[in-house]
Amino acid sequence: MSSFQPDKANFIVSKEDWSLHRKGYQDQQRHQEKVREVIKQNLPDLVTEENIIMSDGKQIIKVPLRNLEEYRFIHNFQKQKHVGQGDGDSEVGDVLAQDSPKDAGKGGKAGDQPGADVVEAEISLEDLEDLIFDELELPYIEDKNKEELESVSFRFNDIRKKGLMSNIDKKRTILENLRRNAISGVRGIHGISPDDLRFKTWEDVRLPKSNAVIIAMMDTSGSMGAFEKYCARSFFFWMTRFLRRQYEKVEIVFLAHHTEAKEVSEQDFFTRGESGGTICSSVYQKALDIIDGRYPPSSYNIYPFHFSDGDNLTSDNDRCIRLIGELLERSNMFGYGEVNQYNRGSTLMSAYRNLKQDRFMYYVIKEKGEVYRALKHFFHKREKEARS
Amino acid sequence: MTNELAQLEYAIAEIMEIADGFGLDYYPMRYEICPADIIYTFGAYGMPTRFSHWSFGKMFNKMKMQYDFGLSKIYELVINSNPCYAFLLEGNSLIQNKLIIAHVLAHCDFFKNNLRFGNTNRDMVESMSATAERIGRYELLYGAETVESFIDAVLGIQEHVDPQLIKPLRYDKRRQTEEKLRRMKEAQSKPPRGGAYDDLWELDGLGTGGSSGTGAGAGAGSGAGSRAGSAAKPEAPLPFPPEPEKDVVWFIQEYSESLEDWQRDIMSMLREEMLYFWPQMETKIMNEGWASYWHQRILREMDLTSEETIEFAKLNASVVQPSRQSLNPYYLGLKIFEDIERRWDHPTEEEVRRYGREPGKGREKMFEVRELDSDLSFIRSYLTKDLVRDLDLYIFEKQGPEWKITDKTWEHIRDQLVASRVNGGAPYIVVQDGDYLRSGELLLKHQYEGIELDLKYLERTLPYVYRLWGRPVHLQTVVEEKPAMFSYDGEKHFRKML
Repeated sequence: MSSFQPDKANFIVSKEDWSLHRKGYQDQQRHQEKVREVIKQNLPDLVTEENIIMSDGKQIIKVPLRNLEEYRFIHNFQKQKHVGQGDGDSEVGDVLAQDSPKDAGKGGKAGDQPGADVVEAEISLEDLEDLIFDELELPYIEDKNKEELESVSFRFNDIRKKGLMSNIDKKRTILENLRRNAISGVRGIHGISPDDLRFKTWEDVRLPKSNAVIIAMMDTSGSMGAFEKYCARSFFFWMTRFLRRQYEKVEIVFLAHHTEAKEVSEQDFFTRGESGGTICSSVYQKALDIIDGRYPPSSYNIYPFHFSDGDNLTSDNDRCIRLIGELLERSNMFGYGEVNQYNRGSTLMSAYRNLKQDRFMYYVIKEKGEVYRALKHFFHKREKEARS
Repeated sequence: MTNELAQLEYAIAEIMEIADGFGLDYYPMRYEICPADIIYTFGAYGMPTRFSHWSFGKMFNKMKMQYDFGLSKIYELVINSNPCYAFLLEGNSLIQNKLIIAHVLAHCDFFKNNLRFGNTNRDMVESMSATAERIGRYELLYGAETVESFIDAVLGIQEHVDPQLIKPLRYDKRRQTEEKLRRMKEAQSKPPRGGAYDDLWELDGLGTGGSSGTGAGAGAGSGAGSRAGSAAKPEAPLPFPPEPEKDVVWFIQEYSESLEDWQRDIMSMLREEMLYFWPQMETKIMNEGWASYWHQRILREMDLTSEETIEFAKLNASVVQPSRQSLNPYYLGLKIFEDIERRWDHPTEEEVRRYGREPGKGREKMFEVRELDSDLSFIRSYLTKDLVRDLDLYIFEKQGPEWKITDKTWEHIRDQLVASRVNGGAPYIVVQDGDYLRSGELLLKHQYEGIELDLKYLERTLPYVYRLWGRPVHLQTVVEEKPAMFSYDGEKHFRKML
């Protein structure tokens, strides 16, 4: 022992309090802010990102962060020779790794090489929703039949003198004790009596339960191609998720139509193509029937949305307008989205353009990025309108 | 003092005594025990006191996440400074700390004695803290975003400094440059004279004459010999910079016409930081090999319990474990050092006969190597055929979609390793012309040696250079074995094959 006396001049061991050292976290936060900025800039693209729309909605989304790479002059990792180490039996010609077509350009050898940095941020679908829905608002909400549609929940929001021991509120109990002792002229915490005890208690709260139904209508006639359907699909995807945030229960009814309309499964709605002409009034009539049959407007918020490429039998337009009027009487709003890649003049729009109805809205989507704008258009934040 | 700390202090004293016995020569040590997020902060910044930038936050986040998921762990961090700061992860077991303390001592010995570190600022902790403070003040004065985006640009070219150890004219690069220009001018006005090797005098004049500070008159034979050997036409404009300038950061900081004082200040501070870190990049394999060698040797001298021995063996194995992904510098460095020791302890008959090597000089040779070499010369001189075979090294490259082993010739492997360490692994880029097209544009040149640049990165870095230079910038390189020029004029990129 004696020969190893710590030589104080030569070394010091210390253990400081580092709890106030936040530098790493501060810069991390700055980085995350920048990530959010980039994601925000990319929202129009992300909204139509295929692997989001096709997903089950539970996954982590990867967003390429082009502006957040630390760019500098580097060698081309791919076109370079590298030295590696084997287990002792490596031979010329051994294949070490293979680029899967998916992450082409990343290379099998990540290592510490700069070129192989992953340039993506991960964001959960929920966070992405926060970003998107942050700017959206559900218009024309109406209170529906409250009595029927309430659910009961509870929350701790009261303090009482009697209660369950496991719900004791220590802080308040001690405060009571202090106060009582102070009144009797002795300071300090002592002699806690049953009189001092305070308990947290709960109260039943009634949460209004709300329902919404989306009537998703889409033209599946021959003129609707993959692009048109994809835009409609992305839109409905986000719309559903958005409404799910607002309402406890959101149902979707899928209606496909060409010259006549029928209710279909989600799968068929987005994949099946049919041929033939288009009569839009058929689907509006169908929607009306379904609403009247299954979704009484007194207890449902109803959002009919119709996507089409705009082709319609000209003589059918008047009927459409009349039916929209009827739908509006039952619904919160009516949205018409036209996917019109080449900016043709369309039959339907020529009629709808002149339709001046408060809760009738339309949007023409010309490219993928505009799905996001369509969402913003239909659900933009409104000035508080005088509606009860 | 807690019992744990007392045990640690006792162990440190013991380790230091053993290290002293081996002849390790280190600075006074300051050991600091930190929680994980602090160690990872320092790891991300490279220093406890560095300026703020989101890229460090990004790095921190990445490292911390790997730690949280149990993918990697930093046990220690050591700073090249006097006294030498070493940060130990809170929660390390005593035996882990013993290994780390021995490891860190060897690092410190390396910092103190390796020649590449001769010029490093041993008070860098304080310097960087002052830098951080100054940049913080600039943020207040000019706006955090302005400063941040400026630093983005500087970091984009930060590797392009000139880390040479021998600096004529007392480090004053500006005077050195002006001196060269003046001489060229002189040479132009006189008729060129003679021999093919006259340009060698030039070097002499700069090297020795420079250090006396007065320039042309001082160096041996420099008066006459300093004329440019090549026949420069008298009316031709003088090249600027006089010779291709390796220190791009310095050149821009000094000669850009669009920078404000605070921006030049930031550039020069970041350049100092890069120059400080440079020797560590240049000696990574040696430094880690050296530290791994010594932690093993020192721990062997210690009285460990059997549990400790096993835990030590485990940790040691995880440190020097060869990796299939990339060469583990700890392992490679360790193996080379052990090989040096063996070969100088037991020289072959031939070595004795031809080089007069005496047996038993292994340690002595190792200390010499740790003093004089950097990774480049270390690998070139001491990675032998036997070692390459024993370590099963190979060259691999991409062929089509596959990464394939393409070569196992030991000389090629050695040379490839050396090549990959040239200039710290960064492409060698110089300022070729600071007045390109005689309109103040900047021409950079990539000294192509068979490895192309990443063009995507190139095109995204040029705007950074533009932001610093303030006028159109160009970079000349080689693509598909043809010379190519990449330009950026503030709005658009241009590519052309030359």
